[in-house]
Amino acid sequence: MRHLMSPLDFSVEELSKLFDLANEIEANPEKFSHVCAGKKLATLFYEPSTRTRLSFEAAMLNLGGSVLGFSSADSSSAAKGESVSDTIRIISGYADIAAIRHPKEGAPLVASLKSGIPVINAGDGGHQHPTQTLTDLLTIRSLKGRLDNMTIGICGDLKFGRTVHSLINALVRYPGIRFILISPEELRLPDYIREDVLRRNNQEFREEVRLEDALPELDLLYMTRVQKERFFNEEDYVRMKDFYILDREKMKLAPPDMLVLHPLPRVNEISVEVDDDPRAVYFKQAKYGVYVRMALILTLLEVKVC
Amino acid sequence: MLNVGKLNEGVVLDHIEAGKSMQLYKYLKLDQMDCCVAIIKNAHSNKMGKKDIIKVECPIDQLDLNVLGFIDHNITVNIIKNGEIVAKEVLKLPKRLVNIVHCKNPRCITSIEQELDQVFFLADEEKEIYRCLYCEEKYRAHRKQR
Repeated sequence: MRHLMSPLDFSVEELSKLFDLANEIEANPEKFSHVCAGKKLATLFYEPSTRTRLSFEAAMLNLGGSVLGFSSADSSSAAKGESVSDTIRIISGYADIAAIRHPKEGAPLVASLKSGIPVINAGDGGHQHPTQTLTDLLTIRSLKGRLDNMTIGICGDLKFGRTVHSLINALVRYPGIRFILISPEELRLPDYIREDVLRRNNQEFREEVRLEDALPELDLLYMTRVQKERFFNEEDYVRMKDFYILDREKMKLAPPDMLVLHPLPRVNEISVEVDDDPRAVYFKQAKYGVYVRMALILTLLEVKVC
Repeated sequence: MLNVGKLNEGVVLDHIEAGKSMQLYKYLKLDQMDCCVAIIKNAHSNKMGKKDIIKVECPIDQLDLNVLGFIDHNITVNIIKNGEIVAKEVLKLPKRLVNIVHCKNPRCITSIEQELDQVFFLADEEKEIYRCLYCEEKYRAHRKQR
C-alpha cells in the first residue's frame, strides 16, 4: 500500500505517468466518471481549508465515488483528545482512502504508519503540501509541454512559503531549469534550501529584488502571497505585502508566452486587471488541481481503467 | 584499585567519558536485560585521566550497540568470546535514533502526541545531521573529538 507524504515520494518517471493519467482525465472525463463507484474518500481536515478540501471532494465525486469527513478539529474526535493514530485506525474501517490536513507537522505521516488505507498528506503545518506541488507541475507540463529547460521566476515570500520550497525541491530533478528568485531582502529563500537543494544539485539560480529585472527572461512566473500570520508586527507586514504587485504595465515586460501561476489565495500581489491576460493561468491551475488529485486517487487505489 | 573479573562472553565498553556510563546504561537498555553488568566509574586512564567502563556478560547479538556511535564514537568496543577479545567494533553514526533525542519543533506532531516514538534519521552523514522523521527538524550530532 502506498501513501503520499511528500512530492519526492514519486520518482520523475512515476510523476510522468501520473500526469499522463491526469491529462487523459482532462481530455476524456466521461470515461472516468464511474471508475470509483462504491469507493469512499475520507477528508480529515483538522484545520479549515476551503480550496484543498473541496478539490479533493470534487476529485472523488468526479470519479463516481463518495466522500465523508470533517472540516475542523472542533467537529472531530480530536476535540475529545483522540490521537491521529487512533482516528485513522477507525477511519480505515469506514473509507478506502484518506486525505489529511493537520496543523502539526508530520501528523499525516503518523497516520500513514497506522493506517489500513492509503493516506494523502493534504498539508501539514508549514512542512509539506504535496498535492499543491503536483498541481503546479501538472499545470506547467500541460501548458508548457515540458518540465525541463525553463527559466522560472519565483516571486514574493520565499522565506516562509512551503509551496515554494516544495516546488524548488521537485523541479531540481529536471534538467535545464534556471531559477530567478525574486524577493525582498527580509523574505529571501532560507539558507538550507539555497545550500542543501540548489547548491548541492549545482542548480543555476540568481536572486533579484526587482520583479522588473527578471520578467523579460522568464518562461514562467510563480507568484506567492505574503502571509500575514508570519509577521510579528503589522507595520512590517503592510510594507511587505505591497512589495510586489503584478499589474498590466509589468506584464508588458514579460515574454508573450510566459505563464503566471499562483497557488492562491491571492491578496493584492496580482492585480485583477491581469486576470484577463491569456498568460494568467492561476484559475486553470486550480482546475488542474482536481485532475491531478483524481489521478492520484486512482493511482493510490490501484484502480485500472481500460 | 577495584577488580572486576574477566568476561567469558559479552562486551567491554572502554574509554567512556567519565560520568557518562549511566547514560549509556539507559540507552543500551541494560536495565531491561537479565544479565551481569559491571559499571566502573572514574577509573584511572593514561589517555583520558578518568574514564568509565561498562562490562556486560551476555550473548553479543542481544545488544544493540549502534546508539554508541551517536553518543560518543571514541568509545572502544571490545567483543569478548571464550574470555578473549575477538573483535573491536568501529563506531559509526547510526542510521536511525529512537527515543534518544527529542524534537524541539513546537509545530511537530510529537509536541502534542507524547506517546509517539521520537524518531530521527541520519540525513547527512558527512555533516552529521539528523532529521526528525515526522517534521524533518534538524539535529546536529556534535560528536566529541578527543
